[in-house]
Amino acid sequence: MIAHFSQIATIFLMVAGLYVVMARGNMVKKLIGLSLFQSSVYLLYLLPGKVIGGTAPIIGAGFTVYANPLPHVLILTAIVVGIATLALGLTLVVRIKEAYGTIEEDEIIAKETPKTRNGPGRGGDAA
Amino acid sequence: MIASHLPVLVILIPLLGAVLAALSRHGFAAWLIALLASAAMAAASLALLFRVQAEGMISYRIGGWAPELGIEYRIDAFNVLIVVLVSVVALLTMIYARRSVLAEIIPERIAWFYTMMLLCVAGLLGIAVTGDAFNAFVFLEISSLATYTLIALGRDRRALVAAYQYLIVGTIGATLYVIGVGLIYLSTGTLNLGLIAERLAGIEGSRALIVAEAFIAVGICLKLALFPLHAWLPNAYAYAPSSAAVLLASTATKVAIYLLARFLFTVFGGHVDVGALPIGAILIVLSVAAMFIASAAAVFQNDVKRILAFSSVGQVGYITLGLALANPTGLAGGLLHLVNHALMKGAAFMAIGAIVLRAGTAKLDELSGIGRTMPWTSAALTVAGLGLIGVPGTSGFVSKYYLILGALEAGFGWLAILIVASSVIAVLYVGRIVEVVWFREPAEAARASREAPLELLLPMWVLAGATIWFGIDAEWPAGLAAAAARQLLGGAP
Repeated sequence: MIAHFSQIATIFLMVAGLYVVMARGNMVKKLIGLSLFQSSVYLLYLLPGKVIGGTAPIIGAGFTVYANPLPHVLILTAIVVGIATLALGLTLVVRIKEAYGTIEEDEIIAKETPKTRNGPGRGGDAA
Repeated sequence: MIASHLPVLVILIPLLGAVLAALSRHGFAAWLIALLASAAMAAASLALLFRVQAEGMISYRIGGWAPELGIEYRIDAFNVLIVVLVSVVALLTMIYARRSVLAEIIPERIAWFYTMMLLCVAGLLGIAVTGDAFNAFVFLEISSLATYTLIALGRDRRALVAAYQYLIVGTIGATLYVIGVGLIYLSTGTLNLGLIAERLAGIEGSRALIVAEAFIAVGICLKLALFPLHAWLPNAYAYAPSSAAVLLASTATKVAIYLLARFLFTVFGGHVDVGALPIGAILIVLSVAAMFIASAAAVFQNDVKRILAFSSVGQVGYITLGLALANPTGLAGGLLHLVNHALMKGAAFMAIGAIVLRAGTAKLDELSGIGRTMPWTSAALTVAGLGLIGVPGTSGFVSKYYLILGALEAGFGWLAILIVASSVIAVLYVGRIVEVVWFREPAEAARASREAPLELLLPMWVLAGATIWFGIDAEWPAGLAAAAARQLLGGAP
C-alpha cells in the first residue's frame, strides 16, 4: 500500500477528475475536472522517470545513475497542450455565457428544447 | 534534395501557411494562402505516393536523429493513402470554401477561419505520417484544438455548445490515448511504433499491455465516433460552418480510424486479439450496432446536415467492421470504404453547404423542390446518397462488396446478411432527401434560390464524379487499398 502510494494517488486524481467531468453540469467545474484528469496523467508519466539515487541527467564526474529525462520532456509538451485546451474551453464558456446567459448545461438544454425548429439566425450570439 | 524531405514537407507547408494566414489578417489574402498551401501540399503528397509505390517504405528522421532518440516519420502503403486523401480533400475544400465562408462568417474572423483549417489539416497529416506514439498525440491535439475552434465559428449559438461538448469528449479521448501510450512506454522503453512492435513480441500477455491496448482503443474510438461514443458528432457537424463540416466529415474521423488500425495491426500484431482482450469481437458488435442504430437515427432527423452526420456514424461502422474482420479482403474493403466514404460525404456536405448558401436553410421540410432550381447541386447530393446506400455503379457498392466477401471469407455468413440489411436503412434516409428535393412542388426557399456558383459546383462534382468513377472502374483505389491491407497484415510481427 505504502509502496504504491504514488500510483494510488495518481489513479485517485484520474478517477476524481473524470467523475467531476461527468457529474457536474456547470461548464467551468467540468473544465476543472478535465484539468485534474489531465494532470493525473502527468504524474503517471513522471513518477517512473525518477530513479532512486539518480541525479539530473547531466554527465559529470562521480555520477553514474541518472533519472530518465524523456518523461519530463514529454510532459512539458502535454502541459502546453493541457493549457491550450483549458484556455480554449474557458473561452468557449465565456462565449456560451454571452449567448445563453448561463453556463449550466441543463439550463442551456432547457433553452434549446422548446424552439428546436428555429431558423439559421445568429441566436443570441454576440458578434 | 527537396524530394528527400517530402514526409516533413507535407506537414510544414500547411503549418507555415497557417502562420501566414494568421498574419495576413485579411480574408481574401488568407484564402489565397490557404489555397496555395493546399495545392502545394496535395502535390507533395502525390509525389510521396509515387515514391512509395516505386521504392517501398520511406523512413524519415526528424533532425537527422536515429529512431530510438529522435522522431521517425514512416510512410508506407497504408498511410500514404491517408495523406493523399486528406490533402486532396483539403485542396477541394479550399476551392469550395471562399464563397461559402463569405456568406457564413463575419469578415474579421475569415482569416482566423483559414488559419484553423490549415492547422487542422497539418495536425491530421501529422498523425498520418508520424511513426512516434507521443508525436501522434501532439498532432491529434493540434488538429482537435483547431477543430473545436472551427465548430465554434458556426453562426448558430448552438455551435458553441457543440464545440464545448466536443472539447470535453475529445480531450478525454486524447488523454485516454496518452495513458495507454504511457503504459506502453513503461513496458517497452520506446515510443517508436516500429520498435514497440518489435519489443512487444517478447512480452506478450502482460497485463499492463492489455490495459494499454484498452485505453488506446477506447480513446481513439471516442475520436472516430464509434457507435456508443458518437454523441458529440451530430451537433458538431450540423452547426459547424459548411466548409468546415466538409473537411471534418471527410477527413477527421478517417485519420482517427487510421490511428486505430495502426495500433491494432502494426503495433499489437496481426491478430486483433492480444491475450485476454477480444477487441475484434467488441469491434464487430459495435460496428453492427452503428450500422443499424445510427443509420436508423438518421432517418428521423429533419436537418439534412444531421441526417448526413448520423449517416457518418453508421458508415464508420462499416469501416471498423473491415478492421475487425482482419483478413486481406475484409480489411481492403474497410480501407476502400474509408476512402469512398470520404469522397461521398465530402460531396454530400458540399452540396448541402451550397444549398445553405442559396436557400439559407438545411431543414428538409423547407427544401421541397430545390432540385428544380438547383439541379446540379441536388444531383451531386443524390449521387452521394446513392453511394451511401451502395447502389451498383457507385463506389459504395464496390467497398461493401469487398466487405461482404471478407465476411464470408471469415466464415460469418450472417454478417454479410447484416451488411446488406443495414444498407436498406440508408435507402430510407437517402430516399427521404431524394423525394423532398426532386418530387415535391417547389416551396418558398426553392423558388427564391438559383443554381450554386461554379466554384462550388466544381469541387463538389470532382468528388461526386469520383464516387461514380470509382464505382465503375475501381481498379486504382482497390489496388491502393489492397496494398495498404497487405502492408498492415504482413507488416505485423
